[in-house]
Amino acid sequence: MDAGERRKERIDRGIKVRSDSLYALMSWRELAYLSVPRLVFIVGMLLLPLILPDMYWQRVVSIVCIYALLALSFDFLAHFAGLVSLGGAFFVGTGGYLAAVLNTSFGLPPLVTIPLATLFGAAICTLLLLPCLPLKGVYFAIVSLMYPLFSMRLIEALDILGGTDGIIGIDSFPNPWIEQYTVIGVMLFFLFAARRLVNMDIGLVFRGIKDNDQAIRASGMNITHYKAMAVFIASAMGAMGGACLVHIYMWSGISQFALDFSILPIAATVIGGGGTLVGPVLGCLILVPISELLRDFGTLRIVFYSLILVGFIVFRSEGIMVYGQRKYHQFERWTRI
Amino acid sequence: MEILIYGTINSISLALYALGFAMVYGVSRLPNFAHGALFVLSGFGTWAFLNLLGLNYFFSIVLAIVAAGVIGSLIYRFILIRVRGMEISEIIASYAMGLAILEGLRWGGFKGMTYTLPAFVEGSMTLLGVSVDYQRLLVVVIGAAVVGLLWLFTRYTRIGLALKGMAQDERAAMMLGIDSDAMALVAMAFGSSLAALAAICLLPLGNIVVEAGYRVLILAIAVCIVGGLGSWVGAVLAAFLIGFTQILTVVYLGPHYQMVVALLAIILTLIIRPSGLFGRQKELEERV
Repeated sequence: MDAGERRKERIDRGIKVRSDSLYALMSWRELAYLSVPRLVFIVGMLLLPLILPDMYWQRVVSIVCIYALLALSFDFLAHFAGLVSLGGAFFVGTGGYLAAVLNTSFGLPPLVTIPLATLFGAAICTLLLLPCLPLKGVYFAIVSLMYPLFSMRLIEALDILGGTDGIIGIDSFPNPWIEQYTVIGVMLFFLFAARRLVNMDIGLVFRGIKDNDQAIRASGMNITHYKAMAVFIASAMGAMGGACLVHIYMWSGISQFALDFSILPIAATVIGGGGTLVGPVLGCLILVPISELLRDFGTLRIVFYSLILVGFIVFRSEGIMVYGQRKYHQFERWTRI
Repeated sequence: MEILIYGTINSISLALYALGFAMVYGVSRLPNFAHGALFVLSGFGTWAFLNLLGLNYFFSIVLAIVAAGVIGSLIYRFILIRVRGMEISEIIASYAMGLAILEGLRWGGFKGMTYTLPAFVEGSMTLLGVSVDYQRLLVVVIGAAVVGLLWLFTRYTRIGLALKGMAQDERAAMMLGIDSDAMALVAMAFGSSLAALAAICLLPLGNIVVEAGYRVLILAIAVCIVGGLGSWVGAVLAAFLIGFTQILTVVYLGPHYQMVVALLAIILTLIIRPSGLFGRQKELEERV
């Protein structure tokens, strides 16, 4: 029997089919099948700060969570609302500067500035992006890439908000534990909220806009309205990340608008698997520690993760998470044709 | 008078930055975000040929232009060809390649102010009461020559006509027996060589720095967007528009605003008229 007459077929595991429906509640095995991966992830994230030995790596966990928020925001916008935003840094910068100003000028504590910066940052980003929302594809990608660059140059040219020096003297979190559990909690909340959201009716509309906007329009819905909502949600995640970031580093500067905040989340999404929402978080869990380990090599790490990104996008565009899900839910076997 | 002369020079430089990008996008609908990286790479390449290998200046220029073309076509052949048609993957893959090249150069020690290319012709002259150095005048001459040659090339040679056909309608071109992938490869090679040519003309005016890669990319995008993506004539006209606006802002507002103008031009054009001032109307493709 030569290989030409056989092919691999993929079939859902029996347990997956059973646990798709109400039968899942009938046995511990099916319940475990559904909940163990999620619980392992959540408990793992929550235990991470306790396991890690020193301050340095605990700080890395916070950074991972912030990048995870950004990656989540990119994934949500790109794969569920069809708006590919290359300017995640714009959300970070807006949120970060807002939190910095609220903290230094009005003396509000971090736990107040972060929610405020999230809400108002998201509102500001949505308003500023509103005129670009009718754009599609490469046009939206380019215009969103320009927003953070523009803000950077504007702050530099007008010398506002501390100019090139940035705003210093921002309060840090009361203690490291609060810092870590705030960012981890926020990240987990946004992750599961986004997963829930995309399965609700409005998620269906978002996906409809991505796949066929004319059809959504023909059903009498205002596309721009829904796109603005998607941008609001995504920029809330980004602004939250930015606000946490300035309180962690106790400094806010134009590097908040830098391309790192746009590129690393995209790389994480590509590696982790776009459209799964968990994938980007996993991607960050892999990429950010690697980039910390490679810190000694200076800019070589950017080369390194650019090349990983190219490799993944060209050869393995599905990403780790999609691959993992397939292995978990399905088995493969050879069949004769 | 100063504004007029330096505005023209600035506009021609912008056109040189942008032509390679416009060419690649026009022919293969591929936004080549590695354009800036190729620009800087060929600058350093020329420097290396000149100083490390000790070649003659003219010879190293030719070598750098050819090398850029080869590198561009390799990037297309091995990476971009696999993601063609997926806009977002195209952008991400080419941008990541550009990032890898630029940051790799930075890691390799090519940073700081120490790398300069010699001017083709030293000295300066007074033109209508304004002193201009010969290199800048040469940029104008070369820029005009490139635009003219490109115009002739796309009208009177087989490859040029094939490229033009691809740019107008890829499917129809394929039906007429034009190999779409081969032509895209040619366009990418030409685009990269144009980036190299721009680098060699313009870099003697200052230092070769890695940051220039990002700046050139933004300026090239600005010119192409304002002129209409994929329209070469539009790109040249937009280069003049942006070039003069930049010089005017530098004179009346200050040098900080130079980049702000380019970015604002991109954002405003995209919001108001995404197909650019001179682009063909494709309302449905680009906005809802």
